[in-house]
Amino acid sequence: MTMITTHKDMDALTMTLVAVFDADVERVWQVWEDPRQLERWWGPPEWPATFVRHSLEIGATSHYFMTGPDGERMHGWWMITAVGAPFSLELDDRFADEDGNPTDTLGVTRMTVTLEAHAEQTRMTLMSTFENLDQLQQMIDMGMEEGLRLAVGQIDGLLAE
Amino acid sequence: MQAIMYNQMVVKELSDDDVDLIFHALADATRRDIVARAIKREQSVSSLAVSYAMSFAAVQKHVAVLERAALVSKERRGREQIVRGNLDSIRRASALLDRYEALWRGRTERIANILTDS
Repeated sequence: MTMITTHKDMDALTMTLVAVFDADVERVWQVWEDPRQLERWWGPPEWPATFVRHSLEIGATSHYFMTGPDGERMHGWWMITAVGAPFSLELDDRFADEDGNPTDTLGVTRMTVTLEAHAEQTRMTLMSTFENLDQLQQMIDMGMEEGLRLAVGQIDGLLAE
Repeated sequence: MQAIMYNQMVVKELSDDDVDLIFHALADATRRDIVARAIKREQSVSSLAVSYAMSFAAVQKHVAVLERAALVSKERRGREQIVRGNLDSIRRASALLDRYEALWRGRTERIANILTDS
């Protein structure tokens, strides 16, 4: 079973997620490194991802797009800023145009990933840092089916505050 | 309704009349949907109206009910009436980060499935 804990900082606009997987570190690294595996999990079921260009080397850039239910495409771009295979990875995630060039209108989401061996398992810690709320909004709007399912729960939460 | 469970918490801050307005406003599926959309992004009444099989006037009435319950606010901008969810920035950050978290929970689940497959 996958254990997940999260922490969100409303002021710093960060989210940290810790998940424990039943696999060794090398195996978990592959789901980040191999674009064919990466595209099996990056996009929600309704918005599958296709990685056109991807390699985990410092300075390398990735280009991906996610295809929505009506065939619309949202493009994204990564710049790999640090790699310590198979234990750590840092990247900047931006929106992109259809040629895979980053667009700077909304800023960068900075992501850091660390993998640690933990008995027979691997603990993955992911931290995402957003520059501003509009950027986070855009990220959510980028076809986030899991988010949409929560719409009603969100209203409950609103009432609870 | 799950929302009922929060009734007591709501009462601490709101009068009974306020609570009645909120629950009445949220008792309708279209209005719940409008609130969810307006929280996600501010939009005009006419763009909301495109999403529902009902007249512009009917959508406008739904928005008015939500406005009285202070769940959304409405502002005239040129020829458009803009509807937005009534959330201050912290609430907005919290709502958005919740959704972002849900995305990553989905991703984590999918990674776990891939690891099990191989």
